[in-house]
Parts: sequence; C-alpha cells; structure tokens
Amino acid sequence: MSEFRTWPITFPVDRSDPFDPPERLRSLRRERPVAPMAYPDGRVGWLVTGYSAARSVLTDPRFSSRRELLCPPIDYPAAHEARHPADPGQFVRMDPPEHTHYRKLLTAQFTVRRMKQLEPRIQEITGERLAAMAKAGPPQDLVREFALPIPSLVICELLGVPYADREEFQHATAVFLNRESSVEEIRAALDGVTGFFAGLIARKRAEPTDDLFTGLITDGELNDEELTNIGFILLAAGHETTANMLGFGTFALLRHPAQLAALRADPSLIDNAVEELMRYLSIVHVGPIRAALEDVELEGELIRAGDVVTVSLPAANRDPGHLPDPERLDITRPAGGHLSFGHGVHQCLGQQLARAEMRLAFPMLFDRFPGLRLAVPAEEVPMRDTMSIYGVHALPVGW
Amino acid sequence: MRIQTDTERCVGAGMCALTAPEVFDQSEEDGTVVLLDAEPPPERHAAARQAERLCPSGAVSILRPAGP
Repeated sequence: MSEFRTWPITFPVDRSDPFDPPERLRSLRRERPVAPMAYPDGRVGWLVTGYSAARSVLTDPRFSSRRELLCPPIDYPAAHEARHPADPGQFVRMDPPEHTHYRKLLTAQFTVRRMKQLEPRIQEITGERLAAMAKAGPPQDLVREFALPIPSLVICELLGVPYADREEFQHATAVFLNRESSVEEIRAALDGVTGFFAGLIARKRAEPTDDLFTGLITDGELNDEELTNIGFILLAAGHETTANMLGFGTFALLRHPAQLAALRADPSLIDNAVEELMRYLSIVHVGPIRAALEDVELEGELIRAGDVVTVSLPAANRDPGHLPDPERLDITRPAGGHLSFGHGVHQCLGQQLARAEMRLAFPMLFDRFPGLRLAVPAEEVPMRDTMSIYGVHALPVGW
Repeated sequence: MRIQTDTERCVGAGMCALTAPEVFDQSEEDGTVVLLDAEPPPERHAAARQAERLCPSGAVSILRPAGP
C-alpha cells in the first residue's frame, strides 16, 4: 500500500540521521520518482528523486534555469524576492546562449591542467593550517581552523581578493545561504557585497595584479555590475561548498573508521574516496531547480510547460537503480557518475578545483593527526539543516 | 573505436581530461575539449567510454563500428 495517500507532497526536510537524506525521499523514489509536489507559492510542480530522471532533467534543454521561472520548494522570508530575471552576470540562473557567453569567459581558468598547477600552493596552504592547529593544541573546531580557511584562502588567491577582507564576503555568503535570513538582512548583505566589489574593481583597475579577477576586469568585456555578480558567485561557490565537504567529509570518515582505515592503508584510494564522499554526503540538498519550457513527458509523468521541477541530489545519488547498496559509504566502489556537481551545461565550473583541494587536504589532515577524533559526542555536532549547503556548522576535534 | 567531440556543446567541465587524459585535453583558450587521439588503442577504450558517460553536455561521442 502506498505510503503517500495524497498528492501533491511537500518537500521532505526531516532527517533521522545526519548522514542520511530524509527517509521520505527514499519512499518517494521507490513509489514515484517523479512526484507532484506543492510549492510555497501555491503552485503544484514536481520533485525528482530517481537518478535517471534527475539526469534527464539536468541535461534536457527544455528544462530552464531562468530565475524568473523558478520557485524554491521550501518557504523562507526571501523566497519571493527572486521572481525577476537574473541580474547581469548571474549566469547560474540563465539559459544558453546568455549562460554560455559568461561561462566561456571563465572555463579556461578552471581546467584540469590549471588546477594541477595550483596543487603545490594548495599543499602549502593546507600545511600552514595544520601547523597552526598543532601549535594551538587540541581541542579545535575543524571547520574554523581547517575546512573553511583552506578553500577560502585558495579562492581568494586565485581571484585576487585580499584574504584579510574575507569577513566582508563570508558574512554575506552566510546570510544568503541561510533560509532563515530576513529580506532586510539579505538586502543589507547585498549592499555590503556590492560596495566591497566596487572598491575591489577600482583598486584592480588602478593597480592590476596577476589574478583571475584582474583578468576579467582588464579584458573589458564585462561591466561593473557583471563583474560584481560573477565575482560574488565565484567567491561564494569557491569556499562554501568545499568547506562543507571537508568538514562533513571528515565527520563521515571519523564515524566510519573502517573506511578511514582503508584510506590510510591505501592512499591511492583518495581520488575515488572523494567521489564517494561527494555521492554519499550530497551537500547540495535542496535543488537544483528547473522549470519546464514546454510539455515534457518524464518517466510516465506529464510535466506541463511552466511547471517547476526540483531535483533531489541526495535521493538521486542513493538510487539503487544507479548503484548497488547505495546507503553504504564505500570508498572502494567506483563512485564516478554521481550528480553532486550537477549535470548538464550548468555542471559545477569549479569542480576540478574542489577535487584538487579535497584530494590533497583529507590525506594531509589524517597524516598530520593520526589520532584525530571527535571532541564531543557525535549527536552534539551541529548540522546545517537550514542552510542551502548541508554539512556541519562546527566540528570539535582532538588528536 | 572512433571518437568525436563537439566544442560547441562543450561547457569545459573537464571530466574527459580528468578521466582519460591520454585521449582528451582542454584548450588553453576557453577550456573546451581538445581531442588528442580520435582512435585510441584498446587499453584506453574503457576510460574513453567513461569520459563519454561522464561528460555533462554530451560533447563526447563514441562511434561504434556498424555490423557484427
């Protein structure tokens, strides 16, 4: 008998275990992997929980990323602010050809080869953070001392943003990514970011330096509004995502000691371990969100033009139709093909940077502190339930 | 095996260069796919197929020979 007596459902958010997606997602995937879902604005759209349907939505150009067509599946104070077209430069909320125009200005900066060239510097930054932790002594908050500063330092350096200014944009990012932020808080944060980038753009014009942001400014293709929006996307995406993978990933490995032991015994497993951690943890837990531009039939359901479709990455990444025994963290399984960086033309621009950071930082952490352990009971680790990017707010560790 | 790539579709995600670096590279100019070996030897077929599967924009196609 069906667990769901009435359709549409609402977006499931309650987790019974911090490492597992909400249980209702699993039932939905089994019963109706493309399911009618009520959106906070009163419309009925869809929730996609199956792997193959998720891949279809993310690659099919009939599903649009245009901001004015979308609606988030969870209500929050600022949700109704976004019902107008993306501002210039906000390419993540655009379709081709506008999206393509902006993305192509950036792709050369994030190639596999470029990220390889960054590795020595990432190693140096990681080493410095580990040395600082060792010097201060246990216990320490791994998020504050390791998971957040490493990707922050790397993206600041790559873009050419002074790390000393990080408070200004890290605060704004935290406000933007918190569903509980009020409209006033969001507006104030936006003003702060705009002011910050106005100053930075003026300084770079006066004194060009050798970095990505200076390159974009001096190329002359983008106006100040576009530069501000692109700069903020890169900064926010560059530290929040990897930071949460490093913090939550460490928590996962500490809670799965056999997996950690396997990684220690065979360091060559790290590349695959990173993919499996990304699949298993699926930190982007709300969306991606798309809207149908025309009627589309998807796995037996008729999605009407204009319908909003939310893809659940945690559900899709644990689809038993995609891989066997999906609820288990297993760093030795071939984990490629997960959707944690998205799929289709919007697939994460910075994914090779994120991989390089994780592939270096996890092993260096566990090498430096062989006795790394939680300094609080696991149930007391604060989880980022109300943030757009899931993970841990803090991870107290000892060694 | 014969491989085709489409730089118009390519979004520069780099999955091909990561998965099969002997077969694919990325352009210095705009990060899009550069095909290094359109007819790779058998030992690279598995990696090339995986690159086709992982490409987010469908820019990598492997043409299978017709017939038995």
